[in-house]
Amino acid sequence: MASVGEVLEGKSICICAGSGGVGKTTTSAAIALGMAAQGLKVCVLTIDPAKRLADSLGLDELGNEARQVDPTLFEEQGVEMEGELWAMMLDAKATFDELIARQAPDEESRDRVLDNRIYQQISSALAGSQEYMAMEKLFELHTEGDFDLLVLDTPPTRNALDFLEAPKRLTQFIEGKSLRVFMKPTGLAAKVTGRGVSVALGVFKKLVGFDLLADLAEFFNAFSSMVDGFQARARRVNKLLADPETCFLVVCGPQGEPIDEAVYFHRKLVEAKLPFGGVVVNKVHYPADELQADVEDLPSALAEKLGDPDLAKRVAANFADYQALAERDARNIDHLAGELRTSCVIRVPYLDEDVHDLTGLSQIDRYLFATAEERVEIAAGRA
Amino acid sequence: MRGYSYEAPLFLPTPEIARNQPIPELLDKRLVIVTGKGGVGKTTVAVALGLRAAGEGKRTIVCEVSSQENASRMFEHASVGFHEVEMEENLWSISIDPDESMREYVLLQLKVRAMRDMLFRSRIFNYLAAATPGLKELVTIGKIWELAQLDRKVKKGRKYDLVIVDAPATGHGVGFLQTPRTFASIARVGPIHSQAQQLDRFITDQENTGTAIVALPEEMPVNETMALERDLRDEVGVAVDRVYLNGLYPERFKKPEAEKLAQLAESEDGAAKAAARAALSEYGRAKTQRTQLGRLKRGVEAPVKTLPFLFEPELDVEAARKLAGKLG
Repeated sequence: MASVGEVLEGKSICICAGSGGVGKTTTSAAIALGMAAQGLKVCVLTIDPAKRLADSLGLDELGNEARQVDPTLFEEQGVEMEGELWAMMLDAKATFDELIARQAPDEESRDRVLDNRIYQQISSALAGSQEYMAMEKLFELHTEGDFDLLVLDTPPTRNALDFLEAPKRLTQFIEGKSLRVFMKPTGLAAKVTGRGVSVALGVFKKLVGFDLLADLAEFFNAFSSMVDGFQARARRVNKLLADPETCFLVVCGPQGEPIDEAVYFHRKLVEAKLPFGGVVVNKVHYPADELQADVEDLPSALAEKLGDPDLAKRVAANFADYQALAERDARNIDHLAGELRTSCVIRVPYLDEDVHDLTGLSQIDRYLFATAEERVEIAAGRA
Repeated sequence: MRGYSYEAPLFLPTPEIARNQPIPELLDKRLVIVTGKGGVGKTTVAVALGLRAAGEGKRTIVCEVSSQENASRMFEHASVGFHEVEMEENLWSISIDPDESMREYVLLQLKVRAMRDMLFRSRIFNYLAAATPGLKELVTIGKIWELAQLDRKVKKGRKYDLVIVDAPATGHGVGFLQTPRTFASIARVGPIHSQAQQLDRFITDQENTGTAIVALPEEMPVNETMALERDLRDEVGVAVDRVYLNGLYPERFKKPEAEKLAQLAESEDGAAKAAARAALSEYGRAKTQRTQLGRLKRGVEAPVKTLPFLFEPELDVEAARKLAGKLG
């Protein structure tokens, strides 16, 4: 059962999540293309896509805003398009800056934050800020309401948790609000609040140096006027993620490690009460199950047909290797489906060519948007 | 200018990085950083390097920094956590947790355990530590440095000949390795400033520190490898010693054979057709991979070594052992 089209019916947000290197960006783009082809106005948000994929979508000169993929491109590459495909590359730093500008009560507060060295590090380099800003942009586009469907390609997180907990990271800043009173240059407040605090601050200062502490204090001070706004926004982002119109798709590969990651990620989604839609397994070696019976006398059968016993031997050896991988993939996917207690496992085969243009994406869509039976047929080359 | 005749070489040789003295072989260094994007087999290569070094009699430790325990899992060993655990003769493993590294670092600074524990119970201290950008990464690298010292800072620390780091995926660019440099510029004074500088010198010291990038023979990973080598050089000051192109298919079939197989795939049904199709797709992939190998060799300065695709159901320690023999 289940094609991506069915899973995403009535949804306004699709979030593709998974570990790095499993084809998340490609899957996100293919889903967006497929849904747009069916007549929706779709925007795919992606982070640093591979250059050629970006080129194929006409994304090379894009900044931090959504642009429509040129409709003539679809015609050129023989892709039917009923709706509109939009795409944007997320710039985490720019998104963070915009957010500060929006939340700041006045220009002076805004500039104090933007100019702060701690802020500059947090907004551009801190692990988790990309994740957080991806959600932020998603929320912004959803609120503006210009699209039927938003597809988010999440950043390649080291740890599945990073992504889900990104909005919670905000609490670090929020807690900072209570810090600023302790960090007045006079240090008087420290005396009032007790020895423990002053010792902690003293040791921290000794470790990292006075000027870093001063920068942190300045950051918390400058940021404090925006804390309430950020907090309210984080609550709304969390609400949106849990909304029934949102759908999380877990993307993975068929090897043991990516499968384990997918199981882990799914558990985190369930624990966080976030709506899980299904799992897409990329680069699957499809087994030729029904052919197993004939395999034993394959080398001699091939030798006869090819008139070249040596070639026949190599073809048979290659086929045996391939079948072993196919069996492994099938085992791993069975395990995955069992762990996730879902029948919505969409397998995309290991295609002969790397995917980097619209034709390649629509090739993937043949699997994503097909029923399970159709997928097997296509993979076996019979459809 | 007649009289001169020369043939332009097909590919211009890539310029050598200026080196004043011979650089030791990768495994003769004190630290080897294994990096690359997610899903390329970094852990497998890191473990394979570890097995090889251990096999040469070097006391070697493989460090993970992602807390995913992929390395210990390869050995079918229970989670090792923040402990140096022996996997095989001469081969240890540790998972470097930033919080544990922070606790250890602060203890080494304060010398008094009770004082350290009091500090970590303080809310203020924890908030400040969490809010300081890069502090976690810095103490993680600090721990790697500590492991590589012959004069270990922790009590009764074991001496290692070689430390291998399975670095985080490069999703966030070169951020992790850049941390000491960045941190030294944020904290301009104090002990941590000079420690950050020391770590930066440690990472960029070609004599003792080696860097290997793991790549896959596909268009996107090859592009990313070229960009990574450039960023490591320009932004971190690290010259890459070696690129491992992982997962290279064998070239089992020649072109005329492929043509023959294409006919078979068209005409036959059943197992012969499926086998012919499988052979053709491997032929196609092996060819595409060679194209990518060529691009990679032209696009990076470091020497490229290829590692074969392993037709193994799972990439366990035996798979890593097979690769260990081919690392050279």
